[in-house]
Amino acid sequence: MALAKDLIIRIGGEGGEGIISSGDMIAQAAARSGLEVLTFKTFPAEIRGGYAMYQIRFSKSRILSEGSGFNVLCCFNKESLDVNRKYLQEGNALIYDYPGGDIEEEVNIPGVHCYPVPMSKIAKTELGVYRSKNMVCLGAVADLFSISMESLKETVVEKFGKKGQEVVDVNFKALEAGQTYIRENIKKEDSFNMEPGTPKDDVIIISGNYAVGLGALLAGCKYFSAYPITPATEVANFLSINLPKVNGNLVQAEDEIASLANVIGASYGGLKSMTATSGPGLSLMQELIGMSTMMEVPVVICDVQRGGPSTGLPTKHEQSDLFLAAHGGHGDGSRVVLSPEGIEDCVYMTVDAFNIAEKYQVPVLLLSDGSLGFRTASMKKPDPSKIKTINRDTYDPSSNGSESFMRYKLTKSGISPMSTPGQPDGAYISTGLEHGESSAPRYTPDNHTVMLDKRFNKLDDLEDFFTPTEVDIDEDAELGVVAWGSTIGTLREALALAREDGLKVSAIYPKLVWPMPKKALNDFAAKHKKILVTEINKQAQLAALLRSETDMDPISYNIYGGLPFTPKMIADKIMEVL
Amino acid sequence: MDIKEAPMKAKDYKSVVPPTWCPGCGDYGVLNAVLKSFAELELDIFETALVSGIGCSSRFPYFVKTYGMHTAHGRALPVAAGLKMARPELEVICLGGDGDGFSIGGGHVAHVVRKNTDITYVIMDNAIYGLTKGQVSPTSVQGMVTTTTPYGVPDNPVNPLAFVLTYGATFVAQAYSSKPKLVQELVTKAIQHKGFSFVNIISPCPTFNKFNTFDYYKENIEEIPEGHNTKDLNSALEIALRSKQGKTPVGLLYQIQSPTLTERLADIREKAEASDNYDLNKIIDAYKP
Repeated sequence: MALAKDLIIRIGGEGGEGIISSGDMIAQAAARSGLEVLTFKTFPAEIRGGYAMYQIRFSKSRILSEGSGFNVLCCFNKESLDVNRKYLQEGNALIYDYPGGDIEEEVNIPGVHCYPVPMSKIAKTELGVYRSKNMVCLGAVADLFSISMESLKETVVEKFGKKGQEVVDVNFKALEAGQTYIRENIKKEDSFNMEPGTPKDDVIIISGNYAVGLGALLAGCKYFSAYPITPATEVANFLSINLPKVNGNLVQAEDEIASLANVIGASYGGLKSMTATSGPGLSLMQELIGMSTMMEVPVVICDVQRGGPSTGLPTKHEQSDLFLAAHGGHGDGSRVVLSPEGIEDCVYMTVDAFNIAEKYQVPVLLLSDGSLGFRTASMKKPDPSKIKTINRDTYDPSSNGSESFMRYKLTKSGISPMSTPGQPDGAYISTGLEHGESSAPRYTPDNHTVMLDKRFNKLDDLEDFFTPTEVDIDEDAELGVVAWGSTIGTLREALALAREDGLKVSAIYPKLVWPMPKKALNDFAAKHKKILVTEINKQAQLAALLRSETDMDPISYNIYGGLPFTPKMIADKIMEVL
Repeated sequence: MDIKEAPMKAKDYKSVVPPTWCPGCGDYGVLNAVLKSFAELELDIFETALVSGIGCSSRFPYFVKTYGMHTAHGRALPVAAGLKMARPELEVICLGGDGDGFSIGGGHVAHVVRKNTDITYVIMDNAIYGLTKGQVSPTSVQGMVTTTTPYGVPDNPVNPLAFVLTYGATFVAQAYSSKPKLVQELVTKAIQHKGFSFVNIISPCPTFNKFNTFDYYKENIEEIPEGHNTKDLNSALEIALRSKQGKTPVGLLYQIQSPTLTERLADIREKAEASDNYDLNKIIDAYKP
């Protein structure tokens, strides 16, 4: 039987049934056995109940997106079968809870390999622990698709070891019961067998939200304040455990306004500081983002976007805060917006966000999103000793002669050295009022013009300072495709699919999205007759910004149903546009 | 021979920026008394930060030589709290008006108070919006005519003293701008206090508030009786509620000692075995599969 290089398993069931934890375990086990892993979850906004889905993609090589569809569907209940039945394709395998669950009759779908496994019944009657249903299912799945049972058991020990041997034994028994059931009752007909990986020591598996927290630690963040909001809360959860270890402080503020206020105060005090939120919180922060622009206080704001407006789709995926991030403030406010593509970017671009904030003394917004925040994926272990961090230009009184300190001194770069409270001879008022070089209020026409120019022009060399905008050029291509944020990974795979079909197509992946890297974008535009922008929002927000800021007049492919693109969707669109 | 610097006098704390307040404004008296208190405490201008929001009184930091922040309307307290958490060794003093503190910023007060954030919060309470020329404020009395309440204020006023007392403020006092010695004495004690200290200073606005005038306060100010037990929350609340009888009590209402936010954060770092040289590999390795 052929070995699969790439396998996608989707597990569906009711929220609270252990879907998420079983998905996590199988992902952990696969990563432990040396496979690349990327997961994708959707769940309801309710605490319990409702349809939950966990999808795991395994591969021997680098995974860039959730993939297109799935190979194996695993249904814990009738609802999950009803929801996913239409996505089943010829050759797929289906495992479902039967008999004994709420699926009332045997399932026969032409071309689909259907394996009934009475997971509820085994858990309830054979094991006497209904909660172990998910582990019975995992045992069955592992056996059917050659996922290392040994790794799965190690993961169980790691997860439940602290709770005592009894708990570990119950889980082992459930795994074995699932395995035994398959061996004694099921004849495998599908062709999915995961090719084993080679265990590596330098790999971690981490969620997008945790990765942002890790990036903050690597950047030297010492202060974090936030207010709980889905899907961003895990950034705070990670840092609440780890920030105090590095002598940092984290507080949960009374609201998002206070969070950013705390962060601005701490940054004025000299500490690298950050907050994390989602769209509604970012709306509340807009006034103080303007204030940090005016004060020239470095702050980092991670926005894990969700479906909006208002409470919208709190647990679903959308890339619809780009306008808010770039243009949400009052007045003429300079700010920087970054868009990470995947888990590694969540780590390293958080470091970039701090470096840019510190170097340019601006607010930097990092636009993650729901699917990226909740996703877990394997990545090469970061090496803290290799991280380059930048600190703000601090005021040196000895360089100033007899002149008194000018906090907002007009320099060639537009960046003025910043003193730290406690520093002798460095006192000034950090202010939201328009001010002269000394920080005293000043409202003259000349001054406002000069100071606005200063606050914008200091970002002029940002495109060169930041990592070059990556392009993937086919010299013969007439079509160039643009994506931002987590859609970049999907576009990379779409491009590979399109090229496999012989299509000539290029792509550009802007990760600095505001201010726009105009040189790279215009250069790309000049090389292509047609530009296609793929993004997940109704207003085609990136396309609109590209139209106003660059030479591009793109065609848009935008979806807005609360789910990410699949590579196949974009590849099909490329074909259509060409 | 040691050359000792002469101690700073109140005027030495003044910056080159002249106050922008109207003639007769109570805030002049507050500024002078507060700077006397700085001199009395020998505060280091580089180890002190004044944080304000928006309003007439929120211009205060510009007139002083220390570090300072002039923030957004209503946000001075959480900004000051962030600064204090980042730099606990600094003397952080937050100043502003009644509208800044108890209307637009009112949502923050409870939380900064209950955390016992060790900052001093000085309110200059004129019961009116001055900077926008005379609108009703959260401490304006019911019935008062202002530019947005030509038929009289329909609402009950906030009681700032009772408000912070019930959220667990550990130092609560009220003063009057025309009693500069009392202002100085209470601000000094407030700065010395470990934990959240609150001084509400009645500071009349002769330009826009025609009700709470200096003459009005001549009648209604009453000193807190000497025998008052400042550790007793119930008696402090009783004094705070004297405003219901139209009285304005001045003096120290309440002072107790309780762990501060700075101390509680230090406890958390100790539990986490904090170190400046913590090996991040230890954190990263927890995410090995």
